[in-house]
Amino acid sequence: MTEDGESVRDAGFDEFLDALAEGDSYYVECANGHGSLPPRRVCPECGSADLAETPLPESGEVATYTKVHVPAPSFADDAPYVTAVVDFGPVRLTGQVLADVEDVEIGLKVEPVVSETETRGERLVVFEPR
Amino acid sequence: MTKVRVAGAGITKFGRHPERTSRDLFAEAGATAIKDAGVARDDVEGVYYGNFMGELSEHQGHQGPLAAEALGVHAPATRYESACASSGVALRQAVRDVRNGEADVLVAGGSERMTNLSTAGSTEALAIAADELYEVRAGVTFPGAYAMMATAYFEQFGGTREDLAHVAVKNHANAVDNDHAQYQREITVEAALDSPAVADPLHLYDACPVTDGASAVVLVSEAYAEAHDLDAGVAITGTGQGGDRMALQDRENVATSPAATEAAEEAYADAGVTADDVDVAEVHDCFTIAEVLALESLGLFETGEGITAARDGITTQDGDLPVNLSGGLKAKGHPVGATGTSQVAELTKLLRGDHVNSEHVPEARVGVAHNAGGTVASAVVHVLEEVAE
Repeated sequence: MTEDGESVRDAGFDEFLDALAEGDSYYVECANGHGSLPPRRVCPECGSADLAETPLPESGEVATYTKVHVPAPSFADDAPYVTAVVDFGPVRLTGQVLADVEDVEIGLKVEPVVSETETRGERLVVFEPR
Repeated sequence: MTKVRVAGAGITKFGRHPERTSRDLFAEAGATAIKDAGVARDDVEGVYYGNFMGELSEHQGHQGPLAAEALGVHAPATRYESACASSGVALRQAVRDVRNGEADVLVAGGSERMTNLSTAGSTEALAIAADELYEVRAGVTFPGAYAMMATAYFEQFGGTREDLAHVAVKNHANAVDNDHAQYQREITVEAALDSPAVADPLHLYDACPVTDGASAVVLVSEAYAEAHDLDAGVAITGTGQGGDRMALQDRENVATSPAATEAAEEAYADAGVTADDVDVAEVHDCFTIAEVLALESLGLFETGEGITAARDGITTQDGDLPVNLSGGLKAKGHPVGATGTSQVAELTKLLRGDHVNSEHVPEARVGVAHNAGGTVASAVVHVLEEVAE
């Protein structure tokens, strides 16, 4: 936030969230086929600067997860919640799963969307089981 | 290239000192280390100081000069920040500078003030060692990140909460007689299993506490030690550092910590030893699963086999390879910026024979210290050896 209260965007990341919110999500792919998430100027894998926005697969699989009982203050009213790292093939993405932890397992198929936290109304990545 | 000796070590009581500033804590640890070394303050040529969350906990940046002032030393001083590996990287730079002949006497250490923050505040402060955009904004806490590593480990290699509980029980048992430790009390497997959930599968007793404290070591060149007839029978013979992608999501496998493997391989090669030579280890057990990952990264156990090391009694006090005889981060406490040098201070005493738990490793000659930053996106490993004087 700036001094006058206007929010400043994080270039690259906020555009990524905008696209995800519109169902038009993408990741960044280098000339050698390595995937990564924006913002990037070079591929973190090989240093290639030849990067292109590529559509993110519609669904991914839970690679690992946890149920967080003790949150940071910015998630005080959200807890408990389930966070997961979800594998989309070329990239993985971290977010909260909209399901009880008992219903989450490694390999669970989910779709990413953008939601808001209960505590502060901030945007975050969430996953809906398919 | 000159050999680097550890001439002195100092550690404050780790625990709750909410009213004490990190500079005051460091002054105590540093004075102890300098006195232990028997070097003149005027001979100290630099202070290499680790601190992680000073901006958040004390509204204080630029802490290097404060660290030197606290020691009464007039020398260049720099703060190193690498999350929970802050003083580990500070020490590594000091080791390299003594080796390179840049200096004969250096102080490396670290300090952290944490308990003046609320639980929520310290949770938030620790979380910034993760990726702000892609992890913190998704609600990943530090225990949450390690919990996801544990979930992945259990899936790939097996293991249970009970296996992890044995790590906590072991480290608490080691801390009972260590007056520097925050928790000088034993716990049971049952109590660990019954403690409140923090981030499944990790419960309260899988996690290190929030801690205030400081530590310091005095490094000297071999020539200086000889010229001044110092009692400095422990050398740092190997140093290594590894790195990994910041966010868990960008790692190939979150059930291993390759940055620590790189650091260990470099440190072993540097010292000319192998994992088989290690007699005693201090590893970064910020969570019980972290000790398991550390043991495997250090090559002390095969991948997937570290999980039962404590339960099988191999890493306990009377086992073949005692690990975290200090109590580890789990029971000794984890003032993040002070942890790396505290491990080396404890190992130095263990090898010298004047640690309260030295009796458990009477023949030990080679020790290894493993200090991790974040979810092991940073890792520093040092090899210490007892040398003939």
